[in-house]
Amino acid sequence: MTRFFERISARQERPLSAVPRWVLVLLAVALATQLGWQSHRRSAAPGASDLPPAPTAAALRLAAFGETAAFARLAMVWLQAFDSRADNAIPYEALDYARLTAWLRTILALDPRSGYPLFAAARVYAENADTEKARRMLDFVFEEFARDPNARWPALAHAALLAKHRLNDLPLARRYAAALQRQTTEANIPSWARQMEIFILEDMNELAAAKVVLGGLLATGRIRDPEERRFLEGRLKEIQRRQEKPIATPNR
Amino acid sequence: MNHATATVARYVLVEARRSALPWLAAAGLFGVLAFAGFLSQVAITEAASLQASASAALLRACAVFLIATHVVSSVVREANDKGLELALALPISRPAWYLGKLLGFACAGALIAALFAGPLLAWAKPADLAAWWLALAVETALVAAAALFFASALGQTVSAIAATAGLYLLARSVTAIQAIAGSPLAGDSVRAQVSHWAVEMLALLLPRLDSVTRGDWLLYGAPPAAELAPALAGLGIYVALLAAAGLFDFSRRNL
Repeated sequence: MTRFFERISARQERPLSAVPRWVLVLLAVALATQLGWQSHRRSAAPGASDLPPAPTAAALRLAAFGETAAFARLAMVWLQAFDSRADNAIPYEALDYARLTAWLRTILALDPRSGYPLFAAARVYAENADTEKARRMLDFVFEEFARDPNARWPALAHAALLAKHRLNDLPLARRYAAALQRQTTEANIPSWARQMEIFILEDMNELAAAKVVLGGLLATGRIRDPEERRFLEGRLKEIQRRQEKPIATPNR
Repeated sequence: MNHATATVARYVLVEARRSALPWLAAAGLFGVLAFAGFLSQVAITEAASLQASASAALLRACAVFLIATHVVSSVVREANDKGLELALALPISRPAWYLGKLLGFACAGALIAALFAGPLLAWAKPADLAAWWLALAVETALVAAAALFFASALGQTVSAIAATAGLYLLARSVTAIQAIAGSPLAGDSVRAQVSHWAVEMLALLLPRLDSVTRGDWLLYGAPPAAELAPALAGLGIYVALLAAAGLFDFSRRNL
């Protein structure tokens, strides 16, 4: 390596005047044109309609060339860019949730131990203002929870809160809570999660409940990733802002 | 184009014809078509589409790999054999020599593109295939320009091939990287902003290879000329930039 750089740096060069003037002009013009051309053709984030149908898990596994863990996470990062432009009035409003769910299911099948697909499903896509889409995503979380309850309970716990506070569907929230209570067996799962049904029935607002959940997740050491912690704290602030916003009264 | 440039280009083509390049291209073509044929046997639907798209994607990769390795090995061998000094002792200017090399390699790339496009006529419409061939010819010219620049500047086979491959892969993926970096879910921290702008700057310095020579052109039709022409013009600008950078470096080198 050192020899390589020595060879490069030791290369004697002729003075700049040895370069023909037209070559210098060509270099400057080509560079300026390249910069101008590419800045004019800047590509925006992909829109909702750009999301292609999901491939099969086998096809994705073939494309991963054996690196399924890395590929699954890269696929998630790619997937979350769709319809998420900053100028969207409502992010993910136009996204086809049937396709999105198929993608999440395929990526999860590629690496079943990854928490990313269910985290995104519960924390990002299920928070859609469109209740039909939110319900579809909650159903997906519930379905996938059953395959590995001890690892996937945080997504279902959040789904139960969303069902109660966003969808105002207490029976659905209780169904999720009951499943969480019944199917989780590991000792390190916090008590509020094991008693999720009581927690759901408590007269607690969304912010207080979300704080308890986040506190519980931090206390059990489940959130080690600083980015995940930052994201969840950001969501808490968002709930707080929403609750502090005065409700507009109609003009009489 | 002056006479010396044309002469150098002609000798580059003669060298390519006498090397293993035609045989490797033929073997690559045969292998890809055989693999595509196998895939069509196991597919339960869209067998022809599968054959066309898989062949197009693999032949594109094959053409790029062949031209890059051929250019690098040719330039490095010539430098090691002192053929470069011998050529420049003749009444030929450095820019004429460099541009002649580039022109010859670009023509070799166009010929490989033509060889690879021919069999695809079995599955694609001639107009769509013509657009695919033209885009592949421009793409191989760009790869040849990059390989010539790196081989001439670095003087080592492995480092030149690695640099060319890195540039090519980055150019194929920069749009996806930009989309990922621009997602609001990435947050608005200083680190996220810095990485976002770094990606934006990088994108300005790269060609957009993901928008050309796409296999889906053969299935669903090539883009209209109004869309294709700017994409190819972008690649043309980049070829000119690489040629200018190579000429600058080559003119300053003390042999």
